[in-house]
Amino acid sequence: MVRHNIVFVLLRRLHSPLIALVCVYAVCILGFVLIPGLDDKGQVWHMDFFHAFYFVSFMGTTIGFGEIPYAFTEAQRMWATVSIYATVVVWLYGIGFLLTILQEPGFVQLMQQTSFQRKIRRIRDPFYLVCGYGDTGSKLVRALTESSITAIVIEIDPERVNILELEDHRIFVPGLCADASTPDSLIMAGVKSKNCIGVVALTNDDAVNLRVAITSTLLNPGVRVIARAETHDAENNICSFGNSEVINPYVTFAGRLAMAIHSPGAFLLHEWLTSVPHENLTEPLFPPHGKWILCGYGRFGKAVHERIVAEGLEVTIVEAKPEKTNAPGNVIVGRGTEAVTLEQAGIKDAVGIVAGTDDDANNLSILMTARELKPDLFMVVRQNSRSNDAIFKAADIDLIMRRGSIIAHKLFAMMRTPLLTKFLRLAREQEESWANQLISRIGGIIADQPPITWEIDITKASAPAVFDRLLAGADIQLHSLLKDPQNREQILPCIPILISRENRQHMLLPDLDMKIEIGDEILFCGNIKARRMTDWLTMNPYVFNYIVTGEEHPSGYLWNLLTRNKKQASPS
Amino acid sequence: MNLEKVIFAFFIVLALTLNFGFFIGDIANPVHHNVYELFAAIVVSLIATILKFGDRTHIGAVLLATSLVADLQLIIAAIVWGYIEQVSDTGMTPHAMAAIVSLSGGAVLANITSVILLVTETIMVRR
Repeated sequence: MVRHNIVFVLLRRLHSPLIALVCVYAVCILGFVLIPGLDDKGQVWHMDFFHAFYFVSFMGTTIGFGEIPYAFTEAQRMWATVSIYATVVVWLYGIGFLLTILQEPGFVQLMQQTSFQRKIRRIRDPFYLVCGYGDTGSKLVRALTESSITAIVIEIDPERVNILELEDHRIFVPGLCADASTPDSLIMAGVKSKNCIGVVALTNDDAVNLRVAITSTLLNPGVRVIARAETHDAENNICSFGNSEVINPYVTFAGRLAMAIHSPGAFLLHEWLTSVPHENLTEPLFPPHGKWILCGYGRFGKAVHERIVAEGLEVTIVEAKPEKTNAPGNVIVGRGTEAVTLEQAGIKDAVGIVAGTDDDANNLSILMTARELKPDLFMVVRQNSRSNDAIFKAADIDLIMRRGSIIAHKLFAMMRTPLLTKFLRLAREQEESWANQLISRIGGIIADQPPITWEIDITKASAPAVFDRLLAGADIQLHSLLKDPQNREQILPCIPILISRENRQHMLLPDLDMKIEIGDEILFCGNIKARRMTDWLTMNPYVFNYIVTGEEHPSGYLWNLLTRNKKQASPS
Repeated sequence: MNLEKVIFAFFIVLALTLNFGFFIGDIANPVHHNVYELFAAIVVSLIATILKFGDRTHIGAVLLATSLVADLQLIIAAIVWGYIEQVSDTGMTPHAMAAIVSLSGGAVLANITSVILLVTETIMVRR
C-alpha cells in the first residue's frame, strides 16, 4: 500500500499555477528595477530589488500602500497597471486551481483516508474492527462504546458512514468508507496493529465476510475473527481456519424465537445476561402452549419451524409462494394478510401467531388482521429494519424480535466474556424451573437496570491478592470473593454463576463454600457496584486480607515492622 | 525526445549556470557580482524546484532536496544583500559582499549535485 503524502500530491497538482506565479512576479519585479524613476529631488533613481519585491508583493495581493518610496513617473505607473492585472489574474488562477483540486472527489477521498489513518495511529487501546455498519453493526458498536471498548468501522455505503459520524458515541469511533473485502482497506483500518484484538465481519454478503475472515487471519495470525454467515457452506468454510467463530443470523434468531415460545424463563435469562448497557430490562413473558400459526416460510421461517416442531408444538404454515420455498404439503397458500387465509389456517383454535416474513409492512398487516379475528392471540413479530422501531412499538405486540438487535447482543456477549457463551450453552440444557429460579435470584439483586456479567480469573495478573494468598497455601472459599470490602458482614449483590477449571470442567451455580484454586475462571452476574467491589478486593491485598481475616493490616513498611515487633513481644 | 525532459533539464542546468555566473569573480569585489544575475538565479532556481515536486522516486526526492538547499542559500544571500543595502548604515562593504558570494557558492555546490544526479539518471535510462 502506497502512503500518499497529501502535501506532495497537492504540490504536484499545483505545478502550473506555481510556475506562473513565480514567472509573473519575476517579470513585474524586473520591470520595476529596470524602469527609471525620479526621487524627491528630481534626479534619476532606480528602484532596487528589495523595494521592487516589496511593492509587487503588496500590489499583487491588492493591499496597496501607494507609490513608495517616491511618487512614480508615468512610465512606472504604466508598468504598475500592467503588473496589477497580471498578478491579480495569476493569483485568481492559482487559488481557483487550488479550490478545484480540494473539491475533486479523488482528492477528497485521499484526504479522508489520510485523516482516518492518523486517527488509527493515535489509538493506543485494544480495539475491535467492525466491518459493516448496518442494523447489527450499529447496535454492536453502541454496546461496545458504552462498555468503553474501542471500535473501528469499515462500511461500503457512504451514507451509513455519514450516520456513524453524526451519531454521538461515548468513545470516538473512526469510520472508513471502503470495501472491506479488499486487503488494503483492512490494513488501513489497522488489522495488522498489535492493538487489534478482533475482527467482526457483519456485511450482508457471505463472500465478503469470508474474505474478511481469510485476510484478517493471514495478516494478523491469532486475531479473533467473528463472521456472519447465512449459509451452511460459508459457515463451514469460515470455521475451517484460524480461530474464527461464525454466527448465523437466521439460526440464532430462530433459536431465540423458539426459546421464547417454549421456555420463556431461559429466554429471559438469555435476554438479561446478554443485554447491553443502558437498555431497559426485558419483562418476563408467558406464551401459551397450543397450536401456532407461522406466516412466511423463507430462510427464517424454516429455521423457526424446525425449532418449534422439535419442541413438539403444532404449527400451521402460511406461505405465499409454497413451490418456490419448498414448503411442506399441508401449507396454506396466501400471504396471511387477508382474513380468509388466516381462517383457513385455523386461527380460531390457535393460541399464537408468528409473523415472520421479510417485509415489515406485511408482518404488521398480518397481525392487525389476526387481532381483529381473535383479539387474545399471542403475537410474535419479526422486525427487519430498525427504522421501523416506532410503528412496531405503537402496534402493542407481545414479542418483537429484532434481528439486528439479537445478533448484536449475541456478538457483544461473545466479545465481552468468553465464559458467558459457555454458561449460556450449559444453561440451555437445564430445566425451565432452574432458569426461573435463577431469574428470580438475579431479579432480587438488580433494580431496573439490566444485570452485567464479568469474569475474574485467579491469576497473577487478574486477581493478584487472591493469587498470592492461594500461593502461600491458604484455603479460600468462594464466598470470600462476595464480601463487601466496606463491611465484611455484608454480601455483595452478585452471584457467581459459573466456575471454569482446567481440564474443561465447568460448574454451574457453584456452591459458595467451594474452595477456589489457582487458574479458576469465575463468571459473576450482578450490578455495576458489585463489579467494582469485587475488582477492588481481588486486586488489593490489604482489602482482601481484611475480608478474609477481619483485621486491618498495616500497609506501611514502618508500621509493619512495629506491629511485627509487638506481635513477637506479646506471646513471650 | 520528450518536451517535459527538455524543460526539466533546461531549468536545472540554467539554475547552475546563472548561479555560477554570479559566483565567479573576486569574492569581495561588488563590481564582479551582478545583482540581476542573483535575481535571475533565484527565479530559475524556484522554477526548477517546482518542476521537481511530486516525483516519487528516490532520485526525485534527492533532486528536490538539493534544489531546496540552493533556494535556501540564494534567498538568504538576497536577504543579506537587502539588509546591507537598505537597513544597515554601512552600505556595501567587501566583507558583506564576501558573505553574499560565499552563500551563493554553497548554492553552486547544491546545483552541481543536481546536475550530476540529472546526468546519472540520464545515463542509467539510456534512451
